[in-house]
Amino acid sequence: MSELYLTFAVFGAVAVGFVCVNLFIARLARPSAPNPDKLETYECGPLPVGEAWQQFNVHYYLFALLFVVFEVEAAFLYPWAVAYKQVGRYAVVEMLIFVAILAAGLGYAWRRKAIEWE
Amino acid sequence: MVIQNYSLGPIDLASIIPYVAMGTILGFILLIVPFVIWFERVVIALMQDRLGPNRVGPRGLLQTIADGVKLFFKEDLEPAAVDRSLYYMAPVLALIPALAAGAALPFASISLRMADGSVKSLPLVAGNVNIGILFILALSSLQVYGIVLAGWASNNKYSLLGGLRSSAQMISYELPMSLAILTGILMSGSLNLVDVVNSQAGSILDWNFFKLNPATGFFFPLGLIAGMIYLVAMVAETNRAPFDLPEAESELIAGFHTEYSSMKFAMFFMGEYASMLVVSGIATALWFGGWHAPFDFVLWNWIPGGIWFLAKLTFFIGVYVWLRATLPRLRYDALMNIGWKRLLPLSIVVLFAVATVDAFFFTKDTPAAISAPATPPSGTLTPMAAPGGGQ
Repeated sequence: MSELYLTFAVFGAVAVGFVCVNLFIARLARPSAPNPDKLETYECGPLPVGEAWQQFNVHYYLFALLFVVFEVEAAFLYPWAVAYKQVGRYAVVEMLIFVAILAAGLGYAWRRKAIEWE
Repeated sequence: MVIQNYSLGPIDLASIIPYVAMGTILGFILLIVPFVIWFERVVIALMQDRLGPNRVGPRGLLQTIADGVKLFFKEDLEPAAVDRSLYYMAPVLALIPALAAGAALPFASISLRMADGSVKSLPLVAGNVNIGILFILALSSLQVYGIVLAGWASNNKYSLLGGLRSSAQMISYELPMSLAILTGILMSGSLNLVDVVNSQAGSILDWNFFKLNPATGFFFPLGLIAGMIYLVAMVAETNRAPFDLPEAESELIAGFHTEYSSMKFAMFFMGEYASMLVVSGIATALWFGGWHAPFDFVLWNWIPGGIWFLAKLTFFIGVYVWLRATLPRLRYDALMNIGWKRLLPLSIVVLFAVATVDAFFFTKDTPAAISAPATPPSGTLTPMAAPGGGQ
C-alpha cells in the first residue's frame, strides 16, 4: 500500500521542483531596470484611488455558505456510491431522505432569492 | 501486443511501470502545453478565416515555444502595494495541483508476459490507488486558491473582482461536477479510475456516456445527461470560454493575473492548460471508455490503447477551442443561474435516478445482501473499493 503512495510523493516533488527550477532560471535570466513608475498598481493609466482591500459584495459569502452545505453532502455521498450495492435498497432510500432535507435547504435559498444575482 | 517482462536483478519491468507512467504523463503535460496553445490559435484562426501564427517554424509550430522563451527574459514587475508572500505563492499554487492531479490518471494498459509464461495486464498510471478520483477532485479544489490569492494579493481592483468572480464560479460548478462524477462512479461501482475504465471495456455502448441497459436493451440516457453536466462543469472549472468571466478582458483587463508578468504569468497560463488536459483526461476515463476502442474492428485492433486515449483527449481539447470560437461570454447572473438552478438540481435528480433504477429494477435485493456486514471489518476503504466489489 505505502509504495503506491510513494509515487504520489515523487510526482508531487517533481511538480514542485519543476515550478521552482523555472522560477529560479527566470530570476537568473531576466533583466532588472527598477523605476518608481513600475511600482504602481496598474489601473489603465490613472493613479489608483485607495486600496483594493475594502468591502465587497456580501453575496459572494452566501454562495460560499451554500457551497459548504452541498460539498459536505457530496463528501458523504462518495463512500455511499461505492457501498450501496452491498448494503441494499434501504441505503438508497436513506440517502434519498438525507439529500431531500438538503434539497429543501436549496429550495429555501431559492425562494428567498439568495441564489439570485442582481 | 504482449511485451516480455524483462528483469534486471531484483527490478523487473512490472515494478517500474508506475515510474514509467509518471514520466510519461508529466512529460506529456509539460511538453504538450505549447502545442495545445498552438493548436488553439491555429484552429481559431481557421474558424475566423485568418492566417494565425505562421512566422516561427513550419506553420507557426514553434511560436509558443518562442513566446515561452521570451517570458524567461522578461522583467518581473512587482507593484509596491502587493501582499508579497501571497503574491509569490499564488502562481505556484495555480500550477502544482494541476500537474499533480495527473498522478491518479490512468491513460493506457500494457500486457506483460511474466516469468511463468502467464500474461498480465497492467494499467499505466503513476498511482493506482482505490481512491483515485477522490484524489483528483481534492487537487482540483485546491486550484481555486491560486486564483483567489492572486486576486487578493495583487491589491488591484480588477484583480480582486476577477478573483472573487472566479471563486464563486468555481465553487458553484464544483457541486454539479462532483455529483456528475458520482453518477459515473455509481455506474462503474468503483472509485478507482482503472476499474472505472475496465468496467467500460467492450464497445462504445459500454462507455458510461452511451451505456445501454443490458437487462432491457432499452436506451437509458441517464449517463448521457450526467456526462453532459460533467462536460459543462469542466469548462466552467477551468475558467474557459464561455465561462471565462474571471479574466474577462473587455471589463477586467486580465482579471486575477493583471499584476503578474514574466514567469509568474507563465505559471498561470500553464496551469490553465494543464488543468484542461487533466479534466479532459477524467472525462475520457470516466465517460468515454478510457483507452478502449469504440468497437472491435480488425483494421484497428493493433492500435495501442494509449493512442485511443490520446485521440479522445484531442477531441475534448478541440471542443474547448470550438466553444471558445463559437460562444460569447455569459453574463454573471446567467452563469450563476445555470450552475445553481439548472445543473445542480438536475445532477441530484440524475444521481438518484441511476441509483434507484439500479437498486430497484436490476439488482435482486436478497436477504443475504442485507445481512452482509455493511461496514468493512478492518475499517479501511479497501474492501469496499475492491474491483467489482459486491456485484
